[in-house]
Amino acid sequence: MAIFVNENTKVIVQGLTGGQGKFHGLRNRAYGTKVVGGVTPGKGGQDVEGIPVFDSVGDAVKATGADASFIAVPPKAASAAILEAAAAGVKFIVCITEGIPAQDEAKTFNTLVRDYPGVRLLGPNCPGIISPGKCNIGITAGEIAELPSAKGPNVGIVSRSGTLTYQALYELKQQGIGVSTCVGIGGDPVPGTSFVDCLAEFQRDPETHAIIMIGEIGGSAEEEAAEFIKANVTKPMSAYIAGVTAPAGKKMGHAGAIVSGGKGTAQGKMDALRAAGVKVGLNPTEAGSLMAEIVKGLK
Amino acid sequence: MDLFEYQGKQYFAKFGIPVSAGGAADTVDEAVKVAESAKYPVVVKAQVQVGGRGKAGGIKLANNADEVRLHAGNILGMDIKGHVVKRLWVEHASDIDEEYYASFTLDRAAKKHLLMLSAQGGVDIEEVAEKDPTAIVKLHINPVEGLSEATAKKAATDAKIPAKALDGVAKILVSLYKCFTEGDCDLAEINPLILKPTGEVHALDAKVSLDNNAAYRHPEWDEYRATEELDEREQLARESDLQYIGLSGTVGIIANGAGLAMSTLDVVNQVGGSAANFLDIGGGANADQMAAALGVINFDKNVKSIFINIFGGITRGEEVAKGIVEALSRVDLRAPIVIRLDGTNAEEGREILAKAGIPESKLQSKPTMLEAARAAVAIANGK
Repeated sequence: MAIFVNENTKVIVQGLTGGQGKFHGLRNRAYGTKVVGGVTPGKGGQDVEGIPVFDSVGDAVKATGADASFIAVPPKAASAAILEAAAAGVKFIVCITEGIPAQDEAKTFNTLVRDYPGVRLLGPNCPGIISPGKCNIGITAGEIAELPSAKGPNVGIVSRSGTLTYQALYELKQQGIGVSTCVGIGGDPVPGTSFVDCLAEFQRDPETHAIIMIGEIGGSAEEEAAEFIKANVTKPMSAYIAGVTAPAGKKMGHAGAIVSGGKGTAQGKMDALRAAGVKVGLNPTEAGSLMAEIVKGLK
Repeated sequence: MDLFEYQGKQYFAKFGIPVSAGGAADTVDEAVKVAESAKYPVVVKAQVQVGGRGKAGGIKLANNADEVRLHAGNILGMDIKGHVVKRLWVEHASDIDEEYYASFTLDRAAKKHLLMLSAQGGVDIEEVAEKDPTAIVKLHINPVEGLSEATAKKAATDAKIPAKALDGVAKILVSLYKCFTEGDCDLAEINPLILKPTGEVHALDAKVSLDNNAAYRHPEWDEYRATEELDEREQLARESDLQYIGLSGTVGIIANGAGLAMSTLDVVNQVGGSAANFLDIGGGANADQMAAALGVINFDKNVKSIFINIFGGITRGEEVAKGIVEALSRVDLRAPIVIRLDGTNAEEGREILAKAGIPESKLQSKPTMLEAARAAVAIANGK
């Protein structure tokens, strides 16, 4: 088991003929992911090292039966690419694109909610998802992920920051702890998938026995996660929040202060998570060590 | 990017939001000229991006040219909480019957737009929010549906805006929402939104923050960019497209990804050091960007050691390594580098660094973030 993806997930890469799409699409395939096609308008009929390219997501889905998409296109084209994938029946969309205007993100997300309620978007501006040994969609270097052990215990990872996602994978590998699934939700203003979505899935997943959560300053996603954990998550957790010493960002006028109501600081987030029973480390290594202790207790 | 008040008002005007007649002035003479055409009495306002201008003496009423000269002379060059006033906004003084508050932002938790509206606007809106939250009407707007004038009018009614101002406020809300969405704002705020004795409603102040990600479709933003207040290091970083925030410590930081960069600051702090900056070279950083990043760090005279913390995803280890080698051949760095390199193509990267034959006094490689932080801090602290 794993969450959102598994060994049967069939992936197409939107933007396979571009620099990022090609590099990471091929790496995903080399990892063992079923990368069954690519999409670049006007380049249908070509192939990228044996992966067939189609003009549209619709064509690609019809020909390959793909159920997931990996979007690696520039910011200007990303919103249209997401909606095209949803319209073509793709159920799981991973968008790594960085730099999409917030207004576009908000509109795209709410269009998905209204018109394609069964579709899950991961990202934008996220590293993607990896279920070690089964499926890797996105830009994570697969070799840093420890394979889950058949007997367990295995850990699920959810993180808002890209590079800290890798850091978390790396810390668990150092400790020899298996990973069930690692999800990078991205740090953009309107992420398609939230901490809470992932925590709910991990709580349900029989192969996940404990959870690491990596957050950062700003917004209130970690505080919302803490509320959810308190009420719904029984699996043990450790966490790290980046930005304890970060310079205070520019305050967004009165509106920012009113909306956040004191939320958003690293300290506030750590306090909220601790109050929900999560063990909080002061750096990624400490969060890894805390998880090692948790896992020892589960064996 | 935050706009100055005068830029915000000019931006508002483009979307049909009524603002006072006025203009920007950089000198006393210019201020008088603007005042003459705006008609007395006028208000002379310091253009700084910090709250509390009025209390600091940065906003003054003037009834004639002599008074404009006096106030403009005093305010230009004034230091308001560390911000030196270089520009004024001079506008016709408005008679005010009532003051309201209106803003649009994105509510990240709800993933929808948020209108906040209050009949109790003015300087104390934050206090109102704290003491009487019910005095601020909060309305979520689905970005797919947008805001109609009818909905805006209902929100204004709920906010207890008096009947005589309802139509004026609703119209401005629709225009402000257009400014927020089509104008790609992170924040569009009017405080105060005033009702004049004549019955007209208009924006007496403007707070606008623009979404940098949307800059590609707004060539008109270039002029705002030119007036942004950056220190020299930040200016240099901007030219190279680097996310940089200057700080006052001694360990220069380069990391990929905002999260890892913040975490690097945390770890440096935990092992007894202090960061000279926050620098995120971003995803997909190549040799040129790394060389540029080192150039910016090298410009900072406080830097005693440089901690490069890279965990490759999109960023590839060999590109990072090439950048460092390239930078070392181009510039004479004032401080030694401690690097921690992991992730995509990290081994290739480490190999490139090893083969480059850089002496250990200039470059050390450490296997973990914590060890690298300790080494960088030890150098910075002279140990």
